[in-house]
Amino acid sequence: MRLRLAALLAAVLGIFILLPSASASAETTPTPSPSAGGAAPQQNPIVEGANITVTLKDLNEGKGEPKPIPGVTLTVLKDSKTGEELGSQVTDQSGRVSIGIPGNGTYVVELDPKTLPSGVKLSGAGATTKTVQVKLASSNFVTFPVGARVIEKASKASEIVDGTRDGLKTGLLIALAALGLSLIFGTTGLTNFAHGELITLGAILTYIFNRGVGLPVIFAGVLAVLASALFGYLQDRGLWRPLRRRGTGLIAMMIVSIGLALLMRSIFQYGFGGSTRTLSEYVTQPRNSYGPIDLSNKEIAIFAVSIIAITVTCVALMRTRLGKAMRAVSDNPALSASSGMRVDGVISSVWILGTALTGLAGVLLAVQQQVNFNMGFNLLLLVFAGVTLGGLGTIWGALVGSLIIGLMVELGPVFGVPASIKEVGALVVLILILLVRPQGILGKAQRIG
Amino acid sequence: MAAEISEARAALAGVSSEPGASKPDPIVTGSNITRTFGGLKAVDVDKIEIQRGVITALIGPNGAGKTTLFNLLTGFDEPDAGDWSFNGKALAKVPAYKVARLGMVRTFQLTKVLSKLTVIENMRLGATGQRGEKFFSAAFKSLWRSQEDANTARADDLLQRFKLDEKREDFAGSLSGGQRKLLEMARALMVDPELIMLDEPMAGVNPALKQSLLGHVKSLRDEGRTVLFVEHDMDMVRDISDWVIVMAQGQIVAEGTPQSVMADQRVIDAYLGAHHDTDITNIDLAELEQEAEAELAAESNEETPS
Amino acid sequence: MDFGTIIDAAFSAAFGPQAIVFALAAIGLNVHFGYTGLLNFGQAGFMSVAAFGLAVTVVTWDLPFWLGLIVGMFAAIVLALVLGVPTLRLRADYLAIVTIASAEILRLCFGAVEFKDTFGGSNGLTGFVRPYQKLNPYNDGLTLGVVSFSRSDLWSITVGWTLVAICCLIVWALMRSPWGRVLKSIREDEDAVRSLGKNVFAYKMQALVLGGVFGGIAGIFHILKQGSSVPTDFNTTFTFYAYAALLIGGAARVLGPVVGSMIFWFLIAGIGSFFSEATKGADPVIPNWIMQPDQASLIRLILLGLGLMLLMIFRPQGIFGDRREIAIDGR
Repeated sequence: MRLRLAALLAAVLGIFILLPSASASAETTPTPSPSAGGAAPQQNPIVEGANITVTLKDLNEGKGEPKPIPGVTLTVLKDSKTGEELGSQVTDQSGRVSIGIPGNGTYVVELDPKTLPSGVKLSGAGATTKTVQVKLASSNFVTFPVGARVIEKASKASEIVDGTRDGLKTGLLIALAALGLSLIFGTTGLTNFAHGELITLGAILTYIFNRGVGLPVIFAGVLAVLASALFGYLQDRGLWRPLRRRGTGLIAMMIVSIGLALLMRSIFQYGFGGSTRTLSEYVTQPRNSYGPIDLSNKEIAIFAVSIIAITVTCVALMRTRLGKAMRAVSDNPALSASSGMRVDGVISSVWILGTALTGLAGVLLAVQQQVNFNMGFNLLLLVFAGVTLGGLGTIWGALVGSLIIGLMVELGPVFGVPASIKEVGALVVLILILLVRPQGILGKAQRIG
Repeated sequence: MAAEISEARAALAGVSSEPGASKPDPIVTGSNITRTFGGLKAVDVDKIEIQRGVITALIGPNGAGKTTLFNLLTGFDEPDAGDWSFNGKALAKVPAYKVARLGMVRTFQLTKVLSKLTVIENMRLGATGQRGEKFFSAAFKSLWRSQEDANTARADDLLQRFKLDEKREDFAGSLSGGQRKLLEMARALMVDPELIMLDEPMAGVNPALKQSLLGHVKSLRDEGRTVLFVEHDMDMVRDISDWVIVMAQGQIVAEGTPQSVMADQRVIDAYLGAHHDTDITNIDLAELEQEAEAELAAESNEETPS
Repeated sequence: MDFGTIIDAAFSAAFGPQAIVFALAAIGLNVHFGYTGLLNFGQAGFMSVAAFGLAVTVVTWDLPFWLGLIVGMFAAIVLALVLGVPTLRLRADYLAIVTIASAEILRLCFGAVEFKDTFGGSNGLTGFVRPYQKLNPYNDGLTLGVVSFSRSDLWSITVGWTLVAICCLIVWALMRSPWGRVLKSIREDEDAVRSLGKNVFAYKMQALVLGGVFGGIAGIFHILKQGSSVPTDFNTTFTFYAYAALLIGGAARVLGPVVGSMIFWFLIAGIGSFFSEATKGADPVIPNWIMQPDQASLIRLILLGLGLMLLMIFRPQGIFGDRREIAIDGR
């Protein structure tokens, strides 16, 4: 039996790193003295210079306005839980602590669960600690729920249930992008290293339509998918089709895609900045429980949207004329052309479909997490891993491979993979499976000669 | 030499025309070789023997499994089951490069000349046992210079024989289709093989070059090598082969001397179809070539990785 | 706008230690990709195992420096063998995926909090560099006109360019030999090479190890010149940049990667410095509403991406390459 949560809690963790100006650098950063906990101070000012600021608010299961939680002790440590203690503070009346840090690096924020008020318990699958990478010298504000463990240690079974849920969710997001990659690879042979940027594009477009234009997230997401599809079409027409006409080799095209990835990523960073930002809605949501599984509404939506998108795509590929044409082109472009198929048209459609799916992955990722200029690049390797694991160029393979990769990433920590490097487990599995089955799980062995 | 050849040919006179017939002096023997692609049995050979010192032609309609059998025999593909041996040495699971070193060298249907190397470099690559190809001696030219010179001299002789000496310093990519076939054959000879296996040596070769190519294939036998070749060009088969093996749907359906095979009803059914009673030289050549080219195009597409 | 600063930045980068690291790594990639056609996207992995091999031996295990060098190079060789055995029999794309994944695995593990005691966490390891610095024979830095190098940079430049010269000599000697001929043939068509009795797998493995060793040298030199071994230095982007440097100079040319790295850093540092100068101060040349100072450093990356695309499209052989004999238009 899983212990039910009395309350859900989110912490808003903001990191401000301000480059100290000449005058400010003369002042010493006031490091608050460690407090024994209990009495909450009236107000903790935000520390000048680099600092970690945490605001604890009780979401109260999503009912009413979140209430700040005063009187909770938080400690910031350097590098790891056993690292040097940099400061400890008790949340003030607005639920805030602000602790100075020396500069860039890895920090661990630890919450003392004993100081939580009675009736308030931490939610989610995380721990009472949160590792923070401080990298950027510009002022940024990061919001994410501190997943904090239920005080009574969650059972292995519930950890597996949670890990499976997260794994399937990650796997489906990867699968959307992998399906796009696999389609494009299958029909054109292009190993597209700029695919990660197509994910980012979907996310950033959602952000622009949402925060910039002011549309609700759902409309913004739909528009972002459409815009992604358009971008895919234009990309093929403007870049890849001329290259195919020139007879550019596949390896050359792959390197072109590396250049394109770098170009797009830098442009994103130029326009969007290095910070991580959130959409206007659905940022933090409480999870409701459905039997043994806890799901938030947005997670249900993500599951539903991605499963529908994948199913529709797969059925369409199997049933429709265009789908058959795509598979024919991927099988043998020259023969398809000589049997009267418009290969260029089919490839255009593949690009449109592929980038739309990938853009959708970006949209859902933006809703799930936040928006960042290199979120797609960070996911790219897992997408590649999913496609390769399933078998290069096979549609079902991409799907199966991605789900396995997603599960490996999220379930790894349950079985002892260090949580900070949970991707490693998935990548190791990828290499091991290729050892045994080089053509991937669903790939066909190649005919030689 | 000539006496040996006629001896080898004479020995074939007593061999029955049944599929898989035993030969008096086989260089290659194989039994129960099967290879499936998906549900399709591409090769299903109960028994095959290749006589030493003669030219054997392997013919059959498209998809009969000729090239696949080539791949299996030379270690480029692995069969589902089967045993075969070369000079009495079992070759199952022996990798392709070792098969070549044993003296069983093949060429490819779509010529694999290394187009970004010069003709002479292509030839030098063929030489075996090169000291300069070993990592630790490669960096010191004095260790391999003399051997390289000897190989180059041998390569130049072969280039002259195949009339490629003019092209010595050209990139192989600049050669015509027929010249590539010649270069590939000459390069295979650098390995000094006992058995040379030619996969469609006439495909894509212009008629002017065909005669000289025929002469080269015969000269291979005349210097004591065994030749096995896959071919669609019936003129060539009739002209130069001493023995013909016919494949259809993965199986050997008939064997025999060229004359007897071309009269065999099973062969006519399986392969020759409507053309069998016309003299093959009277068939519209352009039409045949067109067919061959279409086949070649289809097969080349098959090979592009999807 | 101070053009002196820009010229100094461009030239000292082109001849400085960072260009040497790229040159060494790109020489390795040249053996892999340029000559043999192996798609190694994990050169950063070879660098990181060698670098951490040295750093861990000296710092964590407290063993002598020379032993660290041996451990580092040995680690690079072992990595090549481990990666090669499963992938070299497969299609080229698989090696690409496996190498890129391995490099990331290594980087993540070296930076993991859980292995902090061994690898030093995200800050990496320091304190192994003294024996190297003690050998520094220079008393002073060097200034040539507007270009200047510090004392330790001067030492690194001496060591580094010597290493580059040795590596180039090795590549030159090997690639003119029959061994090099086999590699170039494999790059074009491995089945043809196999049909001539060559053990293609063994040659690919030798090439993978050789290029990996050059990568290892690059990694060790990198941590020696900067005095610390930091995991994030060895990311995938590094490998991509090294490819860019190789392709600028021209693949399958002995000096291609060296010249390519110098040009790469000349441009990167020059452009970076130009835009940083152009956005600096109260009244910058480029107004703030177009470009903030923190955006200035991105322009060079945008141009690099664009440049790489154009290079591949219009001059895939790079500056020195011969279009007729490069691997670019291969599968």
